[in-house]
Amino acid sequence: MSKIKNAFGPGKAFVAFLTCGDPDLDTTEKLVLSLAAHADVIELGIPFSDPTAEGPTIQGANLRALSGGVTTDQIFELVRRIRKQTAVPLAFMTYANVVFSYGTERFIKTAAQAGMDGLILPDVPFEEKEEFAPVCRAYGLDFISLIAPTSRQRIARIAKEAEGFVYCVSSLGVTGVRSQITSDIGAMVRQVREVTDVPAAVGFGISTPAQAADMAAKADGVILGSAIVKLVERYGRDAVPHVAEFAQKIKDAVRSVS
Amino acid sequence: MKKGYYGDFGGQFVPELLMPPLLELEEAMRTIVPSPGFQNELNALLADYVGRPSPLYRCPNLSKELGFDLWLKREDLNHTGAHKINNTMGQGLLTKYMGKSVLLAETGAGQHGVATATAAALMGLDCEIFMGQEDMRRQALNVYKMRLLGARVHSVTSGTATLKDAVSETMREWTGRIADTHYVLGSVMGPHPFPTIVRDFQAVISQEIREQMLGQEGRLPDAVLACVGGGSNAIGAFYHFIGDASVRLIGCEAAGRGVDTPETAATIATGKPGIFHGMKSYFCQDQYGQIAPVYSISAGLDYPGIGPEHAQLHDTGRAQYVAITDDEAVEAFEYLSRTEGIIPAIESAHALAYARKLAPEMPRDKIIVVVVSGRGDKDCAAIARYRGEELSE
Ligand SMILES: Cc1ncc(COP(=O)(O)O)c(C=O)c1O
Repeated sequence: MSKIKNAFGPGKAFVAFLTCGDPDLDTTEKLVLSLAAHADVIELGIPFSDPTAEGPTIQGANLRALSGGVTTDQIFELVRRIRKQTAVPLAFMTYANVVFSYGTERFIKTAAQAGMDGLILPDVPFEEKEEFAPVCRAYGLDFISLIAPTSRQRIARIAKEAEGFVYCVSSLGVTGVRSQITSDIGAMVRQVREVTDVPAAVGFGISTPAQAADMAAKADGVILGSAIVKLVERYGRDAVPHVAEFAQKIKDAVRSVS
Repeated sequence: MKKGYYGDFGGQFVPELLMPPLLELEEAMRTIVPSPGFQNELNALLADYVGRPSPLYRCPNLSKELGFDLWLKREDLNHTGAHKINNTMGQGLLTKYMGKSVLLAETGAGQHGVATATAAALMGLDCEIFMGQEDMRRQALNVYKMRLLGARVHSVTSGTATLKDAVSETMREWTGRIADTHYVLGSVMGPHPFPTIVRDFQAVISQEIREQMLGQEGRLPDAVLACVGGGSNAIGAFYHFIGDASVRLIGCEAAGRGVDTPETAATIATGKPGIFHGMKSYFCQDQYGQIAPVYSISAGLDYPGIGPEHAQLHDTGRAQYVAITDDEAVEAFEYLSRTEGIIPAIESAHALAYARKLAPEMPRDKIIVVVVSGRGDKDCAAIARYRGEELSE
């Protein structure tokens, strides 16, 4: 049974995203351990030089991490350390080339053995997932699928094969905080529910407790990335209490609609 | 074979947001492009606006000096001064037929940006160009031209502020506004169907070379040489010869300061297979798959990848890829200007430089075609600087 899927429900879930190595891996470790008290799933971003689905905030985090010299192997080490201290479900979020260049099977096997539960590759759509999804299955990782407001009749096909959760991209464009989410999230989620019992979580643009509550009411969970990364950007090595306080507020907001 | 693949290379590695417009484009490629209405309109534009066919010219002076028959395919004589317009006329027209009203494009040297802005001006479309800050400095004249043509030029400051970052930024922009907008990719790269669409619009180059050579010499050339950034002028020049084993196909990449230095953009010489910018192909990258900050004196070749069809032609051995340094390219730039009275783009000079290197091994009766993918006006100031001279334009 998928640990990630289980982390959703009975109430609504809060999925938190961080870029590993921003500003350094020690801070990432502390942030993850602190977030584990509030978040139901944590996405660990492996930085990539050219993150084409990312807005300026997460681009900046990737850049800071890479200029600090962070590597995929060091991030596997980080996961092994984290796994000794918490059982919170963890998914890697990175780009296809980071996995492919490491050797797809070698990457996924190492990730699974280090204690990861899922993999999210925003530049791998349904049509190309055969490159990664079967290997993930073989090693017990959920390969998370994404749907977007433009996916329409593609949603059923994608959701039918979804594992862990369905990542609902809330809006057009790249990641980053948005003052308003105008897409019909409810309709997207209903299309997902017609074909699968895998939960649907909404991400891209959610930054406030009010938005989180609103989105949680329409879906099974919410994903927050840029809002957390902004706090890390602002407070650096001292970010832990600030992120924890924010995460607590989000969790409370999400719970309020459960 | 899987849809959108050339052997192991190609594919559609893009965010889900971009799949619907790519599928729409595939459909347009199947239904609109082959239709007589589209073809007639495109051919008329290529003839009357672009000035095709471009001449295939036998160089009297170079042939004498090099000791074989050297012919130039004069894409520099196209309207806007490069092969890029073959593609932007096609994609611009396609955009209109698809009922969209905005063209987005990345540009490196600025040639593709100018060609896209030109198509937009002609066809009454809005145009937004993304260009690396570093390239805007290197190619200031082209930035001015794009604005003159009515385009908005956005300076890209992320990463290395060159072509790869301009591509990334254009993709980001496209994910935000797909309904009315077409991304006019400038080379045979990116997600399917771009490598095929751009190839088909550039294949007119080899179609003409073939007809012109058969008409004038009664035989096929022995080799075709072209520079390779993403690879559009090269694939255009190779395409109709791929089935002719007697025609050597040689792609010339930018070695920058040398393939044994980090300051290079020679993808086949220094890269390995990867997945980036929507495609599986060869990329310059480090051991963890981080894309390398490449370098070449030529803004148009300063790209860490190569189109997937080239990756396959390399793997099967059908085409050969060689690397030419800044020094060699600058010498060829000066040599062609002095010897034949033709100032080539610094990109194209990479192909000519390899023709010079071939001279010692090439018998007299051989016919070599070099594609002059563009003209060199845009490069004069930079080459002057390279030689220690300050020009004010
Ligand atoms: C004159 C010229 N030649 C060649 C290129 C390289 O592109 P490609 O390899 O797609 O032909 C460029 C790109 O800007 C160019 O301007």
